[in-house]
Amino acid sequence: MPKTLFEKIWDLHVVVEQKNGPTLLYVDRHLVHEVTSPQAFDGLRMNKRNVRRPDLTFATMDHNVPTSDRSLPIIDQISAKQIKVLEKNCKDFDIELFDINSPNQGIVHVIGPELGITLPGTTIVCGDSHTSTHGAFGALAFGIGTSDVEHVLATQCIWMEKPKTFEIKIEGKRKNEHAVTAKDIILSIIRHIGTAGGAGTVIEYTGETISDLTMEQRMTICNMSIEGGARAGLVAPDEKTFAYLKGRKYIPKNYDELVDHWSENLKSDPGAHFDKIFTLHVDTISPQVSWGTNPAMTTDVTSIVPFPEEYAKGNQDEEKAAIRALQYMNLKPGTPITDISIDRVFIGSCTNSRLDDLIEASKIVKGKKVSSKVRAMIVPGSQLVKKQAEELGLDKIFKEANFEWRESGCSMCLGMNPDILVAGERCASTSNRNFEGRQGAGGRTHLVSPVMAAAAALAGHFMDVRELDLN
Amino acid sequence: MEPFKTIKSIATPLDKVNVDTDQIVPKQFLKLVQKTGFGQYLFYDWRFTTGGLPKEDFILNNPKYRDSKILLTGENFGCGSSREHAAWALLDYGFVVVIAPSFADIFYNNCFKNGILPIKLDNKKIESLFKTNSEIEVNLENQTIIVPNETISFDIEGHRKKTLLEGLDDISITLQYEDKILQYEKSRIVS
Repeated sequence: MPKTLFEKIWDLHVVVEQKNGPTLLYVDRHLVHEVTSPQAFDGLRMNKRNVRRPDLTFATMDHNVPTSDRSLPIIDQISAKQIKVLEKNCKDFDIELFDINSPNQGIVHVIGPELGITLPGTTIVCGDSHTSTHGAFGALAFGIGTSDVEHVLATQCIWMEKPKTFEIKIEGKRKNEHAVTAKDIILSIIRHIGTAGGAGTVIEYTGETISDLTMEQRMTICNMSIEGGARAGLVAPDEKTFAYLKGRKYIPKNYDELVDHWSENLKSDPGAHFDKIFTLHVDTISPQVSWGTNPAMTTDVTSIVPFPEEYAKGNQDEEKAAIRALQYMNLKPGTPITDISIDRVFIGSCTNSRLDDLIEASKIVKGKKVSSKVRAMIVPGSQLVKKQAEELGLDKIFKEANFEWRESGCSMCLGMNPDILVAGERCASTSNRNFEGRQGAGGRTHLVSPVMAAAAALAGHFMDVRELDLN
Repeated sequence: MEPFKTIKSIATPLDKVNVDTDQIVPKQFLKLVQKTGFGQYLFYDWRFTTGGLPKEDFILNNPKYRDSKILLTGENFGCGSSREHAAWALLDYGFVVVIAPSFADIFYNNCFKNGILPIKLDNKKIESLFKTNSEIEVNLENQTIIVPNETISFDIEGHRKKTLLEGLDDISITLQYEDKILQYEKSRIVS
């Protein structure tokens, strides 16, 4: 029987299968960070258990690290403690840690691929919902809670109900690839399927547009699979995938052999059955801007803030949610998106903080200045991204335009470190969640692509980047 | 984990859809390194003013629901971040049952690891619960919710029910398969 890519990876990782009940799957790579792991290590100690495969476990600190001068001590004592606890746990259990001073430190979903820890056909878990990012390499990668972090540390396995399959075909050619980005594609998808549209499924992204995208762009798309409710999102690996990983620090010695194996096996068979299918045509999509408090509350930059009744299409719960969202966002229905002024700009996060993202944003910014009303910051996804960007002189372009150029981490995507919005501030953000208070209590987040965020920083309000000459 | 017992309590109606884990526990409270003490931060930004005073119009601040053990809510509860702190906060506050038309996958899973019973009920049945003003009884053994004049049954996967009723620890169960894990490890193609 023809199988989907997901089913092939799943089958290859089954350790125990039961007639009724979940399957025990083997985990090839376990990524650990400071926020969702302390209680898991505590549990191990309490039960006198060990880490089964420290060699398959990698840790970094990203969620609450400051992005200011790294030579200074961390002022927030509770954050400092969480970081100390991770250091101790990694030392006690013999786990490799990319700490705050490591040249490999960065957002866990940025450094996994860039170090070659992420590999096609593998299973990857992490106590973070954006683990779906690694699916861009044809890995089955998903977020887990802390109890499961403890379980994987102890057993290198995880119990899981087999998810259903969801094919999202992305077809067509974008008219302007620099203006209509991978971020706009995934926001369009979520806008159509809803925040629970992918619940209970693993998505496989297929179609000609996906093949055209770079690895970094595929990561942006897989990253936000969770925002559509799916635990994981996958793209079948191809030449781009293999070329991206070749020569990276942690790839296995028999990499070339593995590539032969992967290119033969890691794709959905013709005629494989998907439980659900959705097709997005990208020919006519516009740059996207979220207006509400979940990622499905998104519209075209050329459009207006919607009227709740029209948005909800008869669903009373959605209408109530939209009314509440507009109240929180302090927006009036009918306002053109381009009339919305902003106070802050954040370019960063595991969605959009890679070199490609910074290069694209720098093209908009070069030789211009951030609006005097706006405070804008760039937070590279990793120390390596930062270094590469500096080698290209991007830091100078951004700094000359009055952007803050910062150290790597999750930063204002979730505001666990000092980078937060003040209540009432409005932010154009390249991150993945516009939930109430996500970037700081009372803060208002609009999700956009890096080029849209850069353009908004200069203009002081949203604008259609297609109006700029990006070539 | 404590075995799950029959729960009798008034249900707190939180009439919202897509309640995300950022609302259940805002990120500023994720820095603790233990599992306890998160109850005070549950729905923090909805529950308290910026000055830390209770907001009277928020349902959890209504004295009627002070000792409630059952939370009644809308579609896609627990979406967003994987933070298990959301489950810890609900439990620490006193909720042991959450009833909703649907849940986000990771949150749903996290509930069972902490002895919380998430019940999926269709909208019609939920609506009748929203209208109930008196105590309801949740019986996991029989898979029933008993309201005055009505008994509503619910579905749950057999193994999840067993885990809750017996208070089982996943890791001990898995470690019984040590030989299978070892055998699998010998066959791995990616080192």
